[in-house]
Amino acid sequence: MLNTLSVLEFKSSTFFAPILILFNKDIAAIEQALQEKINLAPEFFRDSPLIVDLRELNKQNQDVDFVQITEILRKIGFFPVGIRGGNEQQNKQAHSLSIPIDTVREQGSPIIIGETHKQENIKQSPSQPEVTTAKEPIRPAAIPPVSAAATLITHPIRSGQRIYAAGDLIIMSQVSAGAEIMAEGNIHVYNTLRGRALAGVHGNTAVRIFCFDLQAELISIAGDYKTSEDLNKQMYKKPVQIYLQDHALIIKEIA
Amino acid sequence: MARIIVVTSGKGGVGKTTTSAAIAMGLAKKGHKTAVIDFDVGLRNLDLILGCERRVVYDFINVINGEASINQALIRDKNCNLLYILPASQTRDKDALTQEGVGKVLEELSKEFAYIVCDSPAGIEKGANLALYFADDAFVVTNPEISSVRDSDRMLGILSSKSRRAERNEEPIKEYLLLTRYDSDRVRSGEMLSLDDVQEILSLDLLGIIPESKSVLSASNAGIPVILDEKSEAGQAYTDVVARYLGEKRPHRFIDGKQGFLRRLFGGRK
Ligand SMILES: Nc1ncnc2c1ncn2[C@@H]1O[C@H](COP(=O)(O)OP(=O)(O)O)[C@@H](O)[C@H]1O
Ligand SMILES: [Mg+2]
Repeated sequence: MLNTLSVLEFKSSTFFAPILILFNKDIAAIEQALQEKINLAPEFFRDSPLIVDLRELNKQNQDVDFVQITEILRKIGFFPVGIRGGNEQQNKQAHSLSIPIDTVREQGSPIIIGETHKQENIKQSPSQPEVTTAKEPIRPAAIPPVSAAATLITHPIRSGQRIYAAGDLIIMSQVSAGAEIMAEGNIHVYNTLRGRALAGVHGNTAVRIFCFDLQAELISIAGDYKTSEDLNKQMYKKPVQIYLQDHALIIKEIA
Repeated sequence: MARIIVVTSGKGGVGKTTTSAAIAMGLAKKGHKTAVIDFDVGLRNLDLILGCERRVVYDFINVINGEASINQALIRDKNCNLLYILPASQTRDKDALTQEGVGKVLEELSKEFAYIVCDSPAGIEKGANLALYFADDAFVVTNPEISSVRDSDRMLGILSSKSRRAERNEEPIKEYLLLTRYDSDRVRSGEMLSLDDVQEILSLDLLGIIPESKSVLSASNAGIPVILDEKSEAGQAYTDVVARYLGEKRPHRFIDGKQGFLRRLFGGRK
């Protein structure tokens, strides 16, 4: 999996995220059960990335709408970052939500370009499966292989570095002031975003930027941008999602 | 095999050379055979701080060019016989430093020495990049001010992408923060960033805080690394840094003048 070209390089490492295994397709019941779990350990689950495992449900032929599941998870405060064991329809839904699917890896996509020099290597890390023990219904375990549509980065992006992803870009570490992250798809930053973040750089207006702690120098979706000066002070240092509505950038706190 | 340490910062005048001399001496004093190399071609001053400027015959570039052997160029320190200095050239062109040449010198030194400390020049140009290229560990020297922090962040990006370890897909360079010229009064009055401010931006393993101290200047005037001045706070702080680097757990001091307060604040922190 190593690419020895001097322009870029692929690396692999493991990225931990809880896996949510569903046994019942009743949305209300899921929401209630989740809320109970969260109440037990609010800090642990707050804004946690999550893999949704639908294998059990599909075994029982309980067909659930993945868009609904995603909506409810986001509403409660999770960040769904993967689906496994989904059927064709659910995988299609996941794909349209830019959520990576645990299937055979496709070739190609994640592209990372080093800062200003060709020689640069920026490490990137598609994850690898690993299993740990846990309680039901949420089992802490490792994320399944992220599909090639998403680029996962687990190390800090420092001032002067540039990252480009052909699909979605998921960053688990901080993005420093003076750094620039770009994606043709969505951008997720599960940490502080101080640099510049540009999503939908090929003009996709449906993509979003999610981050835990907004202190960005600039945010942009499909070319519509705001600089830190234009950012609403109330959103400063808040977990937010950013999307386009009628060519206006909407910044909303994730509560 | 030697462990190669680069002392780097991006910004100039933050205390890299002071730190290089101090930690090289500290490691040697702990019984490790240590070499310290001045990468600052044209602005050499490591030899001044170590008080050996009048014994320089050959320099780093002479060795790279094959005009002298390493043993001819290395200067043994007058205070500690496990410490050796490889001075920079004051007269040569910076372009004389090549990756291949530096690599050969480091490889040869690695056979004999336990630690090699590379004193990086300022900037993000060739000299600084070569000083860090072969490193195993990086001491990122930062002053509690925003421009220094920003430059350190930039340096960290280069460390993680342009080093030999990065190019070879090896375990990344271990990065440590050294906060130097820390003036508690000016931090308290808000003129300078606090440790927490700095860590919020860099989030690195903190190796130590070196207080702003007059003893640093008098030590460098005397040509004796400040770590040998056991009475000075800066000297003690560098001694702690070396001990922590070698794996000892020591509470951080000199952050507020009052050690009790300090311990309360950082006792539980690594
Ligand atoms: N802890 C300190 N307290 C007071 N002065 C310091 C301290 N550290 C460094 N200095 C002073 O700062 C100046 C720059 O230090 P130096 O080590 O040469 O920095 P660099 O190598 O990063 O350019 C020197 O005059 C030195 O005496
Ligand atoms: Mg210097």
